[in-house]
Amino acid sequence: MFASLPGVLFDGVAYGSLLFLMSIGLSVTMGLMRFINLAHGAFAMLGGYVCVVGMARLGVPFLLMLPAAFLVAAVAGAVLERTLYRRLYRRSPLDQVLFSLGLTLMSVAGATYVWGSGQQPVHLPGFLLGQVRVLGVDIGVYRLFLVALVGAITAGLVLLVRRTRFGARIRASVDDAQASAGLGINVTQVFSVTFALGSGLAGLGGALAIDVLGLDPTFPLKYLVYFLLVVVVGGAGSIAGTLAASLLLGVFDVSGKYYVPAVGAFVIYGLMVVLLLLFPGGLRRGAR
Amino acid sequence: MSAAPAVALPDARWRPAEVVFWLVAVAAIFLFPGHLVLGSQVLITGLFALSLDLILGYAGIVSLGHAAMFGAGAYTAGLLAKHGWGEPLSGLLAAAAVGAIIAWGTSFIAVRGGDLTRLMVTLGIGLLLYEAANQAAWVTGGVDGLSDMAVRDLLGVFPFDLAGRTAYVYSLAVLFAVFLVCRRIVRSPFGLSLRGIRDGARRMPAIGSPVRRRLIAVYTVAGAIAGVAGALLAQTTQFVGLEVLGFSRSADLLIMLVLGGAGWLYGGLVGAALFMIAQSQLSSINPVYWQFWLGLLLVVMVFAARGGVVGAAAAASERFLRRAPR
Repeated sequence: MFASLPGVLFDGVAYGSLLFLMSIGLSVTMGLMRFINLAHGAFAMLGGYVCVVGMARLGVPFLLMLPAAFLVAAVAGAVLERTLYRRLYRRSPLDQVLFSLGLTLMSVAGATYVWGSGQQPVHLPGFLLGQVRVLGVDIGVYRLFLVALVGAITAGLVLLVRRTRFGARIRASVDDAQASAGLGINVTQVFSVTFALGSGLAGLGGALAIDVLGLDPTFPLKYLVYFLLVVVVGGAGSIAGTLAASLLLGVFDVSGKYYVPAVGAFVIYGLMVVLLLLFPGGLRRGAR
Repeated sequence: MSAAPAVALPDARWRPAEVVFWLVAVAAIFLFPGHLVLGSQVLITGLFALSLDLILGYAGIVSLGHAAMFGAGAYTAGLLAKHGWGEPLSGLLAAAAVGAIIAWGTSFIAVRGGDLTRLMVTLGIGLLLYEAANQAAWVTGGVDGLSDMAVRDLLGVFPFDLAGRTAYVYSLAVLFAVFLVCRRIVRSPFGLSLRGIRDGARRMPAIGSPVRRRLIAVYTVAGAIAGVAGALLAQTTQFVGLEVLGFSRSADLLIMLVLGGAGWLYGGLVGAALFMIAQSQLSSINPVYWQFWLGLLLVVMVFAARGGVVGAAAAASERFLRRAPR
């Protein structure tokens, strides 16, 4: 198969938008609560399995399972935040790493127990299959759908954070949680809602990603590096930074694998180390 | 982690529990002659955990890529043995040198920044090395691993036997030698300054302690030890697989050390023994269950028992001694 440069670039953008959806919650958790949550991928995996089970067992259409994946992951995130995560906000990064690593291992083992270790199939509806020709470039319809959907969600997130009162509370809490609490903002509630929102978006991303990245119980570990990478490069707590980092990573990863397969994953890890060297505080702060 | 022993001036005396610990390790040669292969694996992993304890338990550097130096050491010893240099002890030294060089070279980016940056950089370096070994299949054997090694007899006298007796004694001797060095290091002024950095890195420059140089130094020493551990594994099993550099090796190591208790030197050894014996017992039943219980154990430990096994034992003996009449 021969794909032109614009086609590969578009694939990269679609892949990057998936990464964005799955890592924006992690970025907010790290920016807002300073919590190193290695288990974030587990929420994405949960969304993926919800989608697969709903479609295969209950016969619900794909598009209806997407909000369901969001909801289930968001509820799971809210419950875990209320019961466990909250107690660890003030603990050392090592404790947070160990806790979330333990949670990840449990989710991997649990998913293997319930759904088996194989890849889960997803049957996209007919209108999302095939290709269209846009400006002389063949583009997969599903990729186009991904980019459009993530674009809309990003716009919604930006509006939420920039234009609403709740967004103002989030921004204030990110900048200085203590002062915000002093001004009467219910910071714990802001934490809970943003954690649930981030988990839900990860679940949605996981459901959307089945067709592109696949879904099996090792998902949270396999893509952990990518999520962390996006957050560290994009700067924790920044929507624009996370988006830029996701797209950059997506384009580099896809074109790297396509044009120089021998170098493989080198491109991505090399890019990460170089970017960390150049911008130790993340792209956003580096560009300032 | 606040798993550190109470701050007191270093005391070089050997406690009875320490003597018993090493006697048990020696007695295992005669008590469990059928399990020496597993035993030597435990000792090697314990040595590896000891090196992580130096940087995590004493200097407070959280690393998710410590397998980089372990794997580099394993490949060094393995490649030497494969290409005609099968003498074990010099292989260890070469692996220590390679481990130290890699640690020193990467320390400049690995020890700066906050915990999150360190975590990411060490993780990234580990993944880069894994990918490098994977791609350089003509040197490393890639996913098939490196075999056909000709490791010569230890000291020219003791051949490596199938029961693992030589491997066990060899690993134990190396572990004990390195342990003595580490014991000396952490009780030196250098070791004390590391604890100071762990507990208050911003204040250390005020008393004239060069934080960055200290961290680079201890990271390099830990890299050399990790390289030795990797070389021991390569020589005693006569095989090097890609997984010596894998992420799960680094993550498991962190779990073992915390399980045993970081900041005691013995924590890594105890943790490695518990972890590997439990793993060999439980994962033969079902590897998935093992992973689940391990995860649950981690979560419970973070909430309930942060000092690990050695930390709990030390606290218990302290309470006992305080209550006992003098």
